[in-house]
Amino acid sequence: MTTMTQAPPQSVQDLPQVRGVKQIPVFEGFTSGHRTCQGCESALVMRLMIKAAGPRTIVVGSTGCMYVANTTYYSTPWVVPWMHTQLGSSGSAATGTAAGLASLMRKGKMQEEPINVIAFCGDGGGVDMGLSAISAALQHDEYNLLILCYDNESYANTDIQVSGSSPWGANSTFSPPGKVHRIMNHRWKKNTAPMLAAGHPDVRYIATACGSYGPDFTNKIRRALTIGGPTFIHSIDPCPKGWDYDPKYSHELGMLAVETGIWVQYEIVDGELILNGPSRAIARGIRPRKPVTEYLQRQGRFAHLTEEDLKFFQEKIDESWEKWWIAGIVPFGPQEES
Amino acid sequence: MATQTLPQTGRPDSEREELISGSEAIAIACSLADVDVITAYPIRPYDTVMQYVSKLKADGAFDCDFIVAESEHSQFEIVKHASAVGARTFCGSSGVGWFYAFEAITVTAGLRLPVVAMVGNRALDDPGAFGVEHNDAMAVRDLGWMLYWVGTAQEALDTALLAWRVAEDPRVFLPAAISCDGSFLTHSQAIVNVPTQEQVDQFLPQYDRGRLLLHPDNPITVAPQVNEDWLMEIRRQTDDAMRRTSDVIREAYDEFKQVFGRGDDSPFIEEYMTDDADIVLVGMGTLAMPVRVAVRRMREQGKKVGFLRVKFFRPFATEEIQEALSRCKAVGVIDRDYSYGSPSYGGVLFNEVRSALYDLDDRPLVQSFVAGLGGREVLVRDVEEMTQMVQDSIDSGKVKQVNTWIGVRE
Repeated sequence: MTTMTQAPPQSVQDLPQVRGVKQIPVFEGFTSGHRTCQGCESALVMRLMIKAAGPRTIVVGSTGCMYVANTTYYSTPWVVPWMHTQLGSSGSAATGTAAGLASLMRKGKMQEEPINVIAFCGDGGGVDMGLSAISAALQHDEYNLLILCYDNESYANTDIQVSGSSPWGANSTFSPPGKVHRIMNHRWKKNTAPMLAAGHPDVRYIATACGSYGPDFTNKIRRALTIGGPTFIHSIDPCPKGWDYDPKYSHELGMLAVETGIWVQYEIVDGELILNGPSRAIARGIRPRKPVTEYLQRQGRFAHLTEEDLKFFQEKIDESWEKWWIAGIVPFGPQEES
Repeated sequence: MATQTLPQTGRPDSEREELISGSEAIAIACSLADVDVITAYPIRPYDTVMQYVSKLKADGAFDCDFIVAESEHSQFEIVKHASAVGARTFCGSSGVGWFYAFEAITVTAGLRLPVVAMVGNRALDDPGAFGVEHNDAMAVRDLGWMLYWVGTAQEALDTALLAWRVAEDPRVFLPAAISCDGSFLTHSQAIVNVPTQEQVDQFLPQYDRGRLLLHPDNPITVAPQVNEDWLMEIRRQTDDAMRRTSDVIREAYDEFKQVFGRGDDSPFIEEYMTDDADIVLVGMGTLAMPVRVAVRRMREQGKKVGFLRVKFFRPFATEEIQEALSRCKAVGVIDRDYSYGSPSYGGVLFNEVRSALYDLDDRPLVQSFVAGLGGREVLVRDVEEMTQMVQDSIDSGKVKQVNTWIGVRE
């Protein structure tokens, strides 16, 4: 009996890694026409994402800021084909788009060429509602696709409500500090990328990213699009409106998130963990972690935190770097021999 | 080494007869239509179609991307997006599964994507019930989906082919749901004429998304924010498309009859002994079987009774139904569904039919019956009982009790 093997992995585009800002492509796929807030880091993430991917790309975006603020009828900023998908369906949108293209090309109904498929979602759409569809998409190794979660740590489009990716204690319209309850969000930020990496060991590329580091961000998008199979990138996006700070500090806050160790920059490539930039230097002891207060006290959403709260926050970050099996990433490890 | 067995179904060279269920008939239609992307998620009773589809794919009978989704919502989202890049698609669900996918189902019509879905009609539990009710598929009646209720396995296969043809017509570009009564149709076998590949190829052109194709060569933005500035115009466009379906369906159905050599007079309704009938019963789906038997028996007793089966619930064939029912004295609408708190506490189909008849100068009396909920059998004697109640209304000149539940323990 003949064995039906899976269709061979589709070809991918030639998207070389860049060395430095000057090699980031001039191509703009996300241009004027959007109406994101001043200092919106997620808008920069969109711009960098499509610069890295290039024009032969289909982007599907789930509901959130990057849908509502970006794509007003008659003034779309997207130069590439773009389609909205529902809040919880970035994974399904990527799968459906990739499956449609794969099927049509395999059957000779569409000219064969490697077309990048990127689905993006916010933390509400990705970390909360869309988690199961993202997980399902990551199980389909026959499709080349990238799911990018732009995480501004709240449902920022709908008035800043707490999400499963919001930090402990953050003030949001669903977690406002009050006279009786100072801390309304008792949840710790969900450890999303490691959860997806541990749960889908066949996925060849999962990374965290930050728009403050342009070349690194570009390279991560390109690695995700060229390695083959489904991939996932989780980026931290400072949000002036939701985090309550002057828009000119978005870049700086992104860097502070990394330098204080509250956000860890890494890639998991074919099962190997590679720390990037400042996170690598911190892990190797080359540079010290900045106190987390340097990050928290720059943001109005943490203005109600007391000295005790800040101490608790620092202890939690310290614990993740000092007690976790893999600092800042994997909280559990093997039982120690006594 | 075992010899490779040839697939039993799919892509036949010559027309042939097969003893198959409604679900299997639609699975064969998928292979004949060369569907590109099919998504599955288990729920009884529709999922039998996906069991047949997966076997057809496993046996190499046809080539498709068969994706087992992790929920009905994803199931419908995946085909929605595959359809946007030009792929012919199929999926389906039943009961609460159909409701789990409701968000995706809603936007599929809003985006004018010609997804074809099978609904294995099932009661909306809780409390748990596997049997047929029509409320699941009916829930999308206001959203821009074409809705068809089939009566036989043959009609299931034929309607699936018709559905892709009409849905993918650029004048339409609307999704279509093929409703099959759970168990009575999804699981019951009947002799079905399976057409040849040439016949299907002649009838069903390839899906061409045209200038709406999502592709780097056609970099459009699909579903931007329109708000109050444009939504009303877009709703109107969807309405225009739905209004155009009637002609497109008629055109496609005429061609269907030419190519395949079978079909009724009308694609929208089926009339049974209605010509001289005083009483016409109206219903959808497999209910037709006991009703036809009852009508024949009552005719033998000299009662002038007929039956009208509504095939397309959306578009609702207002004029044809008016024409068919204008000749009789009274109408009894049998609903396998219910709408709590609706006008006159009637079934959904009842209120649609009654509304359609309002504009007639000489209106027949209209009465509502709710029967067979949750898959409870509708017996010949139930139909006779309903007919007697309609006769009583004629005799007294008015409908005293608009809605009656049949076969319910009080």
